Amino acid sequence: MSTTTYLIRGAALAGGAATDLLLDGGTIVATGTAASTHAAAATAEVIDATGLIALPGMVDLHTHLREPGREDAETVETGTQAAARGGFTAVHAMANSTPVADTAGVVEQVHNLGQRSGWVDVRPVGAVTVGLAGTQLSELGAMADSRARVRVFSDDGMCVWDPVLMRRALEYVKAFDGVIAQHAQEPRLTEGAQMNEGEVSAVLGLAGWPAVAEESIIARDVLLAQHVGSRLHVCHVSTAGSVEIIRWAKSLGIDVTAEATPHHLLLTDELVRSYDPVYKVNPPLRREADVLALRAGLADGTIDVIGTDHAPHPSEAKDCEWAQAAMGMTGLETALSVVQHTMVDTGLIGWDDVARITSATPAVIGRLEDQGRPLAAGEPANLILVDPSARWTVRPEQMATKGRNSPFAGMELPGSVRATFFRGHPTVLDGALNTPLAYTGAAS
Amino acid sequence: MRHLLSTADLAREDAIRILDIAEDMVAVGTREVKKLPALRGRTVVNLFFEDSTRTRISFEAAAKRLSADVINFSAKGSSVSKGESLKDTAQTLKAIGADGVVIRHGSSGAPARLAAAGWIDAPVVNAGDGTHEHPTQALLDAFTLRNHWSAVRGVASTGSDLAGMRVAIVGDILHSRVARSNLWLLRTLGAEVTMVAPPTLLPVGSGSWPCTISYDLDATLAGGIDAVMMLRIQGERQHASFFPSAREYSRRWGFDDARLAALDTQPGRETVILHPGPMNRGLEISSAAADSPRSTVLDQVSNGVAVRMAVLYLLLSADPQRPGAL
Ligand SMILES: [Zn+2]
Repeated sequence: MSTTTYLIRGAALAGGAATDLLLDGGTIVATGTAASTHAAAATAEVIDATGLIALPGMVDLHTHLREPGREDAETVETGTQAAARGGFTAVHAMANSTPVADTAGVVEQVHNLGQRSGWVDVRPVGAVTVGLAGTQLSELGAMADSRARVRVFSDDGMCVWDPVLMRRALEYVKAFDGVIAQHAQEPRLTEGAQMNEGEVSAVLGLAGWPAVAEESIIARDVLLAQHVGSRLHVCHVSTAGSVEIIRWAKSLGIDVTAEATPHHLLLTDELVRSYDPVYKVNPPLRREADVLALRAGLADGTIDVIGTDHAPHPSEAKDCEWAQAAMGMTGLETALSVVQHTMVDTGLIGWDDVARITSATPAVIGRLEDQGRPLAAGEPANLILVDPSARWTVRPEQMATKGRNSPFAGMELPGSVRATFFRGHPTVLDGALNTPLAYTGAAS
Repeated sequence: MRHLLSTADLAREDAIRILDIAEDMVAVGTREVKKLPALRGRTVVNLFFEDSTRTRISFEAAAKRLSADVINFSAKGSSVSKGESLKDTAQTLKAIGADGVVIRHGSSGAPARLAAAGWIDAPVVNAGDGTHEHPTQALLDAFTLRNHWSAVRGVASTGSDLAGMRVAIVGDILHSRVARSNLWLLRTLGAEVTMVAPPTLLPVGSGSWPCTISYDLDATLAGGIDAVMMLRIQGERQHASFFPSAREYSRRWGFDDARLAALDTQPGRETVILHPGPMNRGLEISSAAADSPRSTVLDQVSNGVAVRMAVLYLLLSADPQRPGAL
C-alpha cells in the first residue's frame, strides 16, 4: 500500500462541482471540507487539480498485452505502463498469447506479472476453447478458481462460431458468475477478409468483411443467451446493424452487454484508400453511418462500455503490403481523448457518463469489486485527473507501449490524463509515468 | 504524373497524352531500327511477385525500345518472407540505382504502398495488383478502342477521346483488376460502360459505380454496343459457388457463336470484341469470336508495347515534353 498521503485540491468530480479528495492507505478517506480538515491532510502531499476532472480509474475489458509469447510486440510491463498513462487502473489481458491463456497456469502467470509490474490491476481473460481452436472447452472452472480469479472468458481474435459450443460455454460459466465475451465474426463469410465490404472495398479490390458476418453471430448469441439465461458480452461492436440487434435484445431483457472501441467511434473505411496497414484492424473500420450509430448506441446505453482492443504489433508487421499486414491498433494511451472528442465534445454524453462507460460498467462486467467505484469516502483510491482543455498531437514514438501502430498518429486530440492513482499510489503524475505500486507479494 | 498506380486518379489530359505518345511509339515500331535513345543509361526494374510472362515481356520490350537497361526480378518462388519482402526488395532496388519500378503483385495496393512508404523514391508503374487495378492494360484497351472509334467516326485519332462509345465489360468483375481500371479510364474518356456479370461476380458496393449493371448479356448486346470486353473467367470459381458450372456460365455470359452472329444483325454498328488474354476458348469466348475480324486481341498485344513505352517515357524521361523531337 501507498505510504504517502495525497490531498487533491479542487478537482471536479466527474465534471460536477469542484472538491478536495484525501487519499491515504489506498483509500479515499475523505472528500470536500472533510478532506482538508482531516488530521492526515496536514502532512499530505498536495496536488493542485484546479481545472481538472476527477474520474474513477478506467477499466479496459479488452487489452492485448502479448506476454507470454510476443514480448517483441508488448510486455505486461510496457502494456500496463501504457494503460496507466492512458488513465487505466485495471485491464483485462486477452487470452490470445503464446501459449494461449487456456489453463490456470497461464492465467496465474499473467496475473502474477501484472502484480509485479504494479502499474494497474491485470485481470487475465481465459480462453473459451483449448488453443482458441473452437472445438473443446478450456478448463474454465480451473481458471475461475485460480489465483487469477478469471471471470471473463473469450476466444477473442477467433469467434466461438460453433453454436453448440457457444451454448455450452454460456451455460457453464454461470457456475462461477462468468461471462463469455464474443468476438462476433462468422468465419465462412469472412474468409480472406481484408476490410469492410462496401463501396470502398469494391474500388480497392480488397476482400470484404461484411457487416452481416458480425450481425448474424450477435443475433444468434443473444438468442442463445436468452434461451439458457446466461450473460453475454459482445466485443468491439462495429456496425449499425449490430447496435440495432443489441438494442432489440436489451428491450427483451436479455442479459447482454456490448463494447465499442475508440477507433470505431472515429475512423472510417475511407482511410483504407491509402492502403496504409495502420488502418487494418479486426473488425474493420466501417462506414460513417456505422460510426454515428455506435456513438448513438453509446449515448443511449445500448452499448455499455469502451474497450480499447489495444493491439500492439512490431513495426515489421505493419511495414508491408496491406494483405500481409497484421490486424490491430494501439489504443490505451489515446482512448480517453478519443472518447472526449467523439462523445463529450460533441455533446452526446457528459463526464458522468464517461465514468460509467470507461470504469463503472466494465468493472461490473468483469466482477472487479474494487474498481469502477464512486469517488467517495471509504472507496478504493483508483482515480484519474484529466485536463479536458488540453490539446495534444498523437506521437506514437512517444508512447509507453511498444506498438507504434496508432491510427491516430499526427492527429490533434483533446484531453490529457494528468495523474493516475492506483490504490492511492500515483502511477502517473504531471502527465508522465511516475512509479509503480510496490509489489508486496500478496495476492490481491 | 509521378507514378502510374491507378486509372482512377489519372487526369483526362494525362490519359490523352499517353495515348497520343503511344501513337508516336507505334510509328517507331514500324521503323527498321525500332529503338529510341530516350532512356539510355536509365534502369527499369520489372518486379514481378506474380507470374505474368505476357505482361513482363511487354514491359521489357517497351523499356528496351527506349534503350533503357532492364532488370527482371521475379520474387515468385524465392524465399522472401512475407511482409518484409516488399520493403527489403524496394530498398535493394534503391541501392542498385533503379530509375523506375514496374511492379506486378498479388496483393491489392502493393504498388501504392511501394510508391508511398518511403522505401524507394523512383517512379512506380502498377503492372497489375491483386484485384485492384491494371492501368496499362486499360490504357492499351483504350488505345485500341480509340483507333476503332476514331475510324468509325472518320476523325483523327490523335487528341480524340471515346465520347459516345458504348462499351460492355463482361465476366468476373469482382476479381478483375482489368475491369476496374477500364471502368475509370473509359469514363474519363467519355465512354458509356455497362458491366455484365452474374450477380455473384459483382462486388457489393458496385451499385455506386458510374456504369450500368446488367445480368443479361443478350439484352445488353441487343441494346447496341460498340465494343465488348470479355474478361477471363477462372473455372475454379465454380467450386466457390460463384456459378453452378462452367457450362452454365458459358451459356449465359460467354461470347459464343450465336452472340457473334447476332452482332451481324445490327446494321450500322461495327462492334469489336476485346479480350485481355490469356483466353479460355470455349468458356468466356468461342474460338469463332476470338478469331473473327471483330476481334482485336492481337492488336491489343502489339498496342501494349507502344502504350507501355509511352508510360515509361513520360515517367522516366528527363524531358518528356517533346516526344515529336525523338
Ligand atoms: Zn476481437
